[in-house]
Amino acid sequence: MGVHRVIRRVVAPLLLLLLIWLVAEPMVLVALDAVRSGGVWTLTSVRAFIVEPNEWRAALNSIGLAVASVILGGALGVSLGLVTRLADFPGRRIVSALLALPAVLPPLVGVVAFLFLYGESGVIARMVMAITGAETPPWRFDGAGAVVLIHATTMYVYSYLLVRGALATFDPSLIEAATALGAGRWRVLRTVVLPLLRPAIANGALLTALSSLASFSAPYVFGGGFRVLPTQIVSTRLNGDISIAMVETLALVALSLVTLVMASRIGRVGTRGAGKGIAPAPRRTGSRGSRLAIGLAVWGIAGWLLLPHMALLVVSIVRKGAWNSTALPTAWTAGNYVTLITDPVRWRPFATSLWMAALAAGVAAMLALAVAVAARDPRRALSRWLEGGLGLPWAVPGTVYAIALATMFSISQPGTGRFVLIGTLWLLPLAYLIRSLPVIGRPVVAAIRMLDPALDEAAASLGAGRWRSFATVTLPLLGPVLAGAVALAFVTGLGDFMTSIILYTYDTRPVSLEILGAIRQGDLGVAAAYGVVLTVISSGAFLLAERGRSRA
Amino acid sequence: MSTVRLDGVAKRFGTTTVVSDVSLDIAQGELVALLGPSGSGKTTLLRLIAGFESVDGGRIFLDGDDVTTRPALERRCGMVFQHYALFPHLSVGENVAYGLANERLSRSDRDGRVAEALLMVDLAGLEMRPVTALSGGQQQRVALARALAPRPRVLLLDEPLSNLDPSLRERTRRELRDLVRRTGITTVLVTHEQEEAFDLADRIALLHLGRLEQLGTPESLYNQPATPFVAGFVGRASRLSGTIVSRDERNALVLAAGAQWHARVRTSGTGPVQLVLRPDALRFAANGPIAGTVIHRRFAGATAFFTVTVGDGSEVEVAGAPDVARVGDAVHLEPTGTGAHAWASTA
Repeated sequence: MGVHRVIRRVVAPLLLLLLIWLVAEPMVLVALDAVRSGGVWTLTSVRAFIVEPNEWRAALNSIGLAVASVILGGALGVSLGLVTRLADFPGRRIVSALLALPAVLPPLVGVVAFLFLYGESGVIARMVMAITGAETPPWRFDGAGAVVLIHATTMYVYSYLLVRGALATFDPSLIEAATALGAGRWRVLRTVVLPLLRPAIANGALLTALSSLASFSAPYVFGGGFRVLPTQIVSTRLNGDISIAMVETLALVALSLVTLVMASRIGRVGTRGAGKGIAPAPRRTGSRGSRLAIGLAVWGIAGWLLLPHMALLVVSIVRKGAWNSTALPTAWTAGNYVTLITDPVRWRPFATSLWMAALAAGVAAMLALAVAVAARDPRRALSRWLEGGLGLPWAVPGTVYAIALATMFSISQPGTGRFVLIGTLWLLPLAYLIRSLPVIGRPVVAAIRMLDPALDEAAASLGAGRWRSFATVTLPLLGPVLAGAVALAFVTGLGDFMTSIILYTYDTRPVSLEILGAIRQGDLGVAAAYGVVLTVISSGAFLLAERGRSRA
Repeated sequence: MSTVRLDGVAKRFGTTTVVSDVSLDIAQGELVALLGPSGSGKTTLLRLIAGFESVDGGRIFLDGDDVTTRPALERRCGMVFQHYALFPHLSVGENVAYGLANERLSRSDRDGRVAEALLMVDLAGLEMRPVTALSGGQQQRVALARALAPRPRVLLLDEPLSNLDPSLRERTRRELRDLVRRTGITTVLVTHEQEEAFDLADRIALLHLGRLEQLGTPESLYNQPATPFVAGFVGRASRLSGTIVSRDERNALVLAAGAQWHARVRTSGTGPVQLVLRPDALRFAANGPIAGTVIHRRFAGATAFFTVTVGDGSEVEVAGAPDVARVGDAVHLEPTGTGAHAWASTA
């Protein structure tokens, strides 16, 4: 039996079984638990969810938050994408790169950064108090408004990157053609550029909506009384209403899937010009003055967007107690960073997060690669199933998977693939692994299908067997994409909060929980230092990923 | 009355000068081809006329209006792009109607203009088709209809035939020529293909390294090339080193490769010259003064072109009957008395 047939007949079905076990079964169990109680089928919990206004409010809040995030984040991201690609102003390249930064920052770090900047004891509040001599903080930064602000100013990055990506292959002669036909700047934008960017804008909206629905850190830290489904799920579960928590989980999954279907409808208008695919040259606007004005505006917005991260940096080097009643800190220190390395209590969560994220990304990479090889032919039904299994965790909020895994691995039932993993070292890395599957799998499957099959045939004609051909041709060509995707998956695990808060144990307490712990204990400098280190690692991984993508 | 006048137009990209001091007058209804090798600045010159690039020196006039600093959307130039740049999200009709928006026409007037433009390019009734469903040739004609529908002052064509396969190209070229003649619109065409320029243009502006080398009818470019570059670029030519034996104002007797040539001379003085020869400047002759060896033969139907090494190893190209010689034959050649041009060697 040839290697090809082994893959088709044996390996591929086995992989599908594995994916069903890891990705699909936990979700099915959640659905079952929602309508079963004590071994009896019942709709009690569903009814409880439907009649309880608090539950409805959480669902409506989630929808409202998603809509607001899409509108505000989309407007911000699309305009910044357009301006940084189509207008010419001083420092355009640098600011373009800076604006992409929030794409990989762990959500919790972003939220903590907002806390340090806008929070009641944040940088701005302290300055105001020091200047006015007020005894109490001038405002409370919480509720729906705060969460929407955080979402818009971090999630704009999806629309921003997608619009920039689409403009990179936009045929500039389309703009010139419209101009030659007498269309002014706004008409060109309205009738040519925006309609052709529709798929990118729709995809940006989809990513924003899914992220907003799944968002846990921002509502958890700043929500106050503003409950959304992910935070509601966690608190319901803490209250012991397991089956209502399952119904809430299902409601969240349903919302995500509806979003997915809606977006794919809108984004399907994917027509492309037969262009040369050269990015439009930045337009030299009329005068030096107007270029300077655009530059100032973009730099100003970028500064505002990145201000929280600068606050994080400042807080991380302030000595404890040196910034209580003054407008500016009075003493600086590197001690917060030194502590991270020298104090075992501080170092341990970091080491834990590092090994869990690395293990999860590594195993996910091997699994994703195997699936990519098995699912290379997009015409086969099995390929589509494999691809779907790999992609499913992408559409489902992290909180949902955490709950689902906790459910699945809470009892021992080896016949259905259930073991007791809860409370052990392995459940959290397993959760990271499942979250990593789509992060690595989607780009790798896309990349392997882009490879010219003639390359394998050439290798075969030169006497290379399947394995040699894979190792010497396919793998090196996938390398850059794989490396970038693994880097992103690693970073996602490293900064994870929403899965960890549900599944962590004493042995697997990750850095994100340590950050929250440090804030509760008043060690703001240490929390900020953790955040800065995570930011630096994430940015490094992001650069690696970008390099991988540009080489591929 | 639509005319184009370029007056000392210059354009630099960074430190590279791509168009340098080009002056050009194009009359109403005239079709001028900007011809040149790649990098000669011909497309840049077209884009300067359209207003997609701004000049670094000189002035541009359309119908006598100075449009040098006017933006592209106010110049009313109809442009056909190399890759057509049809809006892929709009239908054929919507593409053609795009440029009519500023005219505030009633719906029926606008539809009439669209139909008229499509009829002109032989695509009547295709308004509702998506442009992506058209063949390459049809897309090219939609691009033409779109450019013409707003009744522009000038039609600018950027290598409009380069995206078509050869069999379609000749037919489309003929249709293009008829259309331009019929509408009587002043047209500027960019091309790097001499045959296309010869076939379509009233006059050709030959560009080289951003400079206008020569402006004239196809015949004058071929028969009276102003520079060695023009002689080499327009038509086939081979080169020999020689010396002027005697000369008057325009003609000289040049000694080269052991033979005497009657050449049109383009420089003053005497001494060493470069001799540029058309394939018809030589012929095979059993006792001709130039001995050589045939190294290559290119068959072209009724005639063939032979490459012959002579004297100092120079190669010349000679036209002749296909069976007059074979590769490897030792042959003799003689000047015919026409088709030779001489320039001072330093030129």
